[in-house]
This record gives sequence, structure tokens and C-alpha cells, in this order.
Amino acid sequence: MKSVGVSPIVRLACRCMARLIQIFALYVIFHGHYSPGGGFQGGALLAAAVILIRIGEGRPVSQVELSSSATLGIGSFGALLFGGVGLLALLGGGNFLQYDALPSFGLSPVGLHYWGILVIELGVALAVMAILVSIFDVLTEDDESEG
Amino acid sequence: MSSVIELLLYLLLIASALVAINVKDLLAAAVTTSVFSFVIAILFIEMGAVDVGFTEAVVGAGVLGVYFIMMILRTTRRTED
Amino acid sequence: MLYVVRDLPPRGDVEAPLHAKSSEVGSPAAGTYYIESSYKDAGTDNIVTVVLADYRGFDTFGETVVVFAAGAACLLILRGRRRS
Repeated sequence: MKSVGVSPIVRLACRCMARLIQIFALYVIFHGHYSPGGGFQGGALLAAAVILIRIGEGRPVSQVELSSSATLGIGSFGALLFGGVGLLALLGGGNFLQYDALPSFGLSPVGLHYWGILVIELGVALAVMAILVSIFDVLTEDDESEG
Repeated sequence: MSSVIELLLYLLLIASALVAINVKDLLAAAVTTSVFSFVIAILFIEMGAVDVGFTEAVVGAGVLGVYFIMMILRTTRRTED
Repeated sequence: MLYVVRDLPPRGDVEAPLHAKSSEVGSPAAGTYYIESSYKDAGTDNIVTVVLADYRGFDTFGETVVVFAAGAACLLILRGRRRS
């Protein structure tokens, strides 16, 4: 995707829309406790915003946004964040992903459930975003090397 | 009134699916697949499953359409059969 | 299949067996339990989020791992073909 052939109107629209989509994605992730939405949907929206920047602005700008080499690492981090919360509960003497057994920082069991759900939603969002962007990268990689 | 709109959405769903599997131009097929995903997302939301409809709209109509168009740009636009 | 579909309860039917307090053999139904106790257990309004992330957390973990594995496989196959 070279940015040469893209018209300024499309570039400006991509630039504005991507920020709006990112803000909406963060809202979807963090407001998932009260309204429809959650990690998967928010992560897909974040990936859509990054892909929109990759299409509209071209490689050099979008690599600053989210580097291609970092996507797999971020994806692993998201999945491991989810598994880490589960294992932490296991270490605390409960079952896998039993939030009551997490180390409580002055929180009630209900509060532990609340924050545990938020952390694993973040993990899902990071994993989904990174994987969708990395698939897009690997699909468009050849166009770059050929110019 | 609501059931009329629902019937229209179902008809649009079937029409877009038939177009997507019958059309020769792969780019048109990709776009109609996105239309199919969007209509089915609206139907999900109308039935009360907002979460499923949300996911379908973002992944099916947005990201998957981009993937299909990327693959068409890298390969050929015409089908063999 | 169409013959069986006629016997299903209409959408949004409160009297449907799915929304009963207990099933026909007397065991408590899962859906009613979630609706009654999800806010007390997790302090979260959205029942879907509580079911996905709390009661059925292991399923969601599996889903995340499947998405990650699919992406990694895609990456390996496409990159590997390019090298050779």
C-alpha cells in the first residue's frame, strides 16, 4: 500500500475516523461491564482503526502507530495476561480463573471479580487486536518489497 | 411495521447471499459478503443479541471485507468457473 | 427440519421451557441462576460479560488461545512460503 496514489480527502478521512474508532474501542472495552461489548469487540475495533491507518496513510506512518514486528509479541502478552490471571488464582489456592482466590489488595471478593473480569477483557482485546493486524500485515507484505 | 422491516431484511439477506455465490467478479462477491454480514448483524441486534451483532458487524463486515479485498488485489479478480 | 421448527416456542416467549426456574427433572436451570446471582457475585450489570468472563471463563480462555493459534499459523505458513 503506497500512499502516493491515495487522495488527500481519503487520507484526511482515515486520519479522523481512526481516532474516533480508537476512542470508541476503548469505551467498548472499559464500559463492557455496563453495556454490550467487551474484550473481543473492542479488540476488533482497535484492529480496524490500525488497519484503516495502514490503508490510508501508508507504511511509514502506520509503523509508528503499531510496528509489524511487535504484533506477535503483543498478542502473546494478551493471551498470557489472561492465562496469568488464571494461574495466579491457582497459586492463591483456588481453581483456574477463580477470582476470589486472587491476592486481594484490600478488595472484597466482589471487587476482585470486578477487576479480574476487567483484566482478562484487556488481555482478550490485546490478543485479538494484535492477531488481526498481524494477519493484515502478512497479507500485504509482498506489495512493500516489490515497491 | 416491525415485522415488515424484518421480512425485508430477510429478503435482502437471501438476495445478497445468492449474489455472493453466483457473481463472477470476485470484488463484487467480497462486497456482497460484507453486505450479508451487515444485514445479519442488524437481524441479531433486532433479536436482542447485541453482543453477537456487534462482533458480526465489526469482524464480518469490516475486517473480513478488508482481508478479502487484499487477497483479490494480490491474486486475480476473475473466477475460473 | 422445517417440521420440527414448527414446534419450537416463539421468540421472546416467557413461558418457554428455557426460561423456567427448574428443568423438567427438577434440577435448577442455569439461565435463571445467572440472572438472579450475577450482580451479587461480580458487581457487574452486564450479565453477558459475567457469564463470558466469570462463569465460563475457561471457554473464553480457549477462544483467545484459538484466535492466537490461528494468527500464528497464518503467519508461519505465509512467511515460510515466501522464504522458500
